[in-house]
Amino acid sequence: MSFHLHCGEIAALIGPNGAGKSTLFRSILGQTAYRGKITFSPAGGPAIRLADGAVTGGTRPLVGYVPQAPSFDRGDPVSVLDFFTAATARWPVWLPIPAKYRDRAAACLARVHGEDLLNRPMGGLSGGQLQRVLLALALEPVPHILILDEPLSGVDIEGEHQLLDMLDELRTQYDLSIFLSTHDFATLSQFADKVILLNRRVLKSGPPEEVLSSPEFYETFHLRMGKGGVE
Amino acid sequence: MSIWYALVDLLPFQWAVPGAMFFMKNALLAVLVITPLFGILSTMVVHSRMSFFSDALGHSAFTGMAIGALCGFHEPTWAAVVFAVLFALLFNVVKRRTALASDTVIGVFSSTAVALGIFLSTLNGRSFTRFNALLVGDILSVEPAKVGLLALILLLVVLLWLASFNQLMLSAVHPALADSRGVRVFWQETVFSVAIAVVVTLSMTWVGLLVINSLLVLPAASARNVARNMRQYHLFSLLGAVLAGVAGLMTSYYVGGSAGAAITLYLAVWFALTFLVRKK
Repeated sequence: MSFHLHCGEIAALIGPNGAGKSTLFRSILGQTAYRGKITFSPAGGPAIRLADGAVTGGTRPLVGYVPQAPSFDRGDPVSVLDFFTAATARWPVWLPIPAKYRDRAAACLARVHGEDLLNRPMGGLSGGQLQRVLLALALEPVPHILILDEPLSGVDIEGEHQLLDMLDELRTQYDLSIFLSTHDFATLSQFADKVILLNRRVLKSGPPEEVLSSPEFYETFHLRMGKGGVE
Repeated sequence: MSIWYALVDLLPFQWAVPGAMFFMKNALLAVLVITPLFGILSTMVVHSRMSFFSDALGHSAFTGMAIGALCGFHEPTWAAVVFAVLFALLFNVVKRRTALASDTVIGVFSSTAVALGIFLSTLNGRSFTRFNALLVGDILSVEPAKVGLLALILLLVVLLWLASFNQLMLSAVHPALADSRGVRVFWQETVFSVAIAVVVTLSMTWVGLLVINSLLVLPAASARNVARNMRQYHLFSLLGAVLAGVAGLMTSYYVGGSAGAAITLYLAVWFALTFLVRKK
């Protein structure tokens, strides 16, 4: 498979279950072995290889990862501050957390308009709030590539709009590439610059309108071509 | 130890007299070392849903004792430590390579270990009864050297908690996310389960195999009833373990009965109390 991601671009990965979306993400994250090459070209720098350790120049890209929402028990004694500090600092979270870590967590949450969540228990957050905490975490430090695995599942309509607005804000603010997987085709054309249709290989890639009206799209999802579009 | 004896002698108890009752003074010190150990480890055992695993480890430790006794070791405990550590390592490797649910894998390991233990200890028609002491435990027979060893283990566990609690917690919450932030999930889990193996095996003789798992489950289970963050979680877990430990030992001294069982009963009371005032 072959495709390009650009800075400041939002790309959506679509495909049936088992198409290899998560595997592709894991390859970019360096969590799984793969054949082929993923290269990263920092603005003005030489291309370097990613995730295999052999750095030939420039800097390795930082990849921020927003996983599919983990399930917390309602009673989990993990506050947002605990979770954030555990993931970003060496300070053991079972000891009183110094103000500098608290302030940093608050500042990171502010990037996603989640300042008020700092002392809430993780298990008590709504789907959209949990998503925002995970997003704030993926943005610390601000990555070159931001990967979101099914960010729209388990989030209500309002949460979905909030999230998409936020992603739009982030890409202009930090000039990062955003790469997300989704099953929600209806909203694709509102936010994605590029759609990649995957089913074990890249079947089609391009602007949303082009991919969503392609025969490959209809065939992959067993849809019939109709006058009004998707049936 | 003499400093400890001098300190205890200041307490207003019938047994706190100078120059006598050393077994009780040793036992109190042992309780003050063992209970924080379990209070700390308990937090992650419950958080990572490993209570069944720690139960199985206790069984494997018994098998290790049986092997040690069969080989004629003077101190079968060390054979038990080695066996329990191997059990923990093998379990982690198998769990990673199989598609089976982890409680199924634990069931397989646990039953194998118990069967092996019973078979070896009854070989040649020998009686199982000499292992009864192990099942019930006897904290009053603890020696100062053993308390020293447990104190060393407590120090190591605190160091482990300082160095890698964050990674361990993140691994339990979300392995893939932990991995993406540079946490070596497999090693974190392995080191933690080895720590449980060592602690369970070394304290089994004093606490008793049948109730030892309750010390790994009840403190944190109670703490979860009321804690809203990790500080409160550790505080309530430690507090419950230490209070129940001291109360259990005292009760056992004055009315007889196994100290390990008494401690567990106090922990159950602690659980009931925290349940009544639980967070909504």
